[in-house]
Amino acid sequence: MADVNRGDRPLSPFMLGQFYRFQISSVMSVLHRITGVGISIGAVLGVWWFLAAASGPGYFSVVDGLLTSWIGGLVMLGMLISLWYHFCNGIRHLVWDAGFGFDLDSVRKSGLVAGGAAVALTLLTLIVAW
Amino acid sequence: MVEFTLPRNSRVVVGKTWPKPAGTNVRAFKIYRYDPDTPENPRIDTYFVDLDTCGPMVLDALIKIKNEIDPTLTFRRSCREGICGSCAMNIDGGNHLACIYGMDEIKGDVTIYPLPHMPVIKDLIPDLTHFYAQHASVKPWLETASAEPNTEWRQSIDDRRKLDGLYECILCACCSTSCPSYWWNGDRYLGPAALLQAYRWLADSRDEATGERLDDLEDPFKLYRCHTIMNCARTCPKGLNPAKAIASIKQMMVDRRM
Repeated sequence: MADVNRGDRPLSPFMLGQFYRFQISSVMSVLHRITGVGISIGAVLGVWWFLAAASGPGYFSVVDGLLTSWIGGLVMLGMLISLWYHFCNGIRHLVWDAGFGFDLDSVRKSGLVAGGAAVALTLLTLIVAW
Repeated sequence: MVEFTLPRNSRVVVGKTWPKPAGTNVRAFKIYRYDPDTPENPRIDTYFVDLDTCGPMVLDALIKIKNEIDPTLTFRRSCREGICGSCAMNIDGGNHLACIYGMDEIKGDVTIYPLPHMPVIKDLIPDLTHFYAQHASVKPWLETASAEPNTEWRQSIDDRRKLDGLYECILCACCSTSCPSYWWNGDRYLGPAALLQAYRWLADSRDEATGERLDDLEDPFKLYRCHTIMNCARTCPKGLNPAKAIASIKQMMVDRRM
């Protein structure tokens, strides 16, 4: 039978969440990517803060005021969680690269440990910083 | 390229709801339909199946729908016992073989789509041409340089054991089409299934083309788009672990430089 539509075939539905279920492993992988982008932006903000400090008290007070406002604090809190999450999950990736922990049970458990450690380290940092 | 939404011609619309039979154990099936003979977009048809008169597996329900409700419903199936790999599809948000996936494992309505992010030929049938070409590209056969023995190529029991967990792959494509990296770079990334088979031949003590095989894979896309998302191992209906095989290839790449 003639295939009348060979060049214009539809793409079957994909996308995590919408058509393919999220699983601990895939969610953690997505978060690793997002937090990686997040801490890069955080590094830029940090550099901006230092540059402002170097350029003089007038400009510094503007940038410092922005970064220590409640919205700036919220962003910084996000950066802190991102940093710890990326760090903990990065260790998980190092272990994988060494060839360990690929069975599904280990993947699930190491994911829960890395996620829990990221939350704990964030809280610890907040306690120490205050 | 990374894309998060479906192209215009692929967006799914609501389709027909078929009559509901009487009975106390009736289950709704929401099934992806696409007819290449019309210009219309894919749609989701709703069917109702009385499970009291149906076998336990998702494939039993599909065959019952095709036999008794709608003969135009199109899908691949053959062995009905999980060894041919024909009936791989996205069932209830995960890739499974319909023949060995029980309906008792699914809560609520049963949603069935073709394998994700593939060109659709008709209904639940994806075009696997590219997938098979990628498998062929890893030369999935014994490559030797030394003179052929008079009998078979010998292998010790221990060396043979290294192929366990690799040779069982049935190329159903559940793993590759569950992989977000394969969705977005499937044109150049070989994907879990082809890489598991690449490692199956790298790990074979009788094969004499290990160096050439690694040279072929030494590429930012073919091998290194694996980010250990682990969807492949989660979905494999044969319980294999392509992510581990890919990590083993990466280790071989490092080992040969030292």
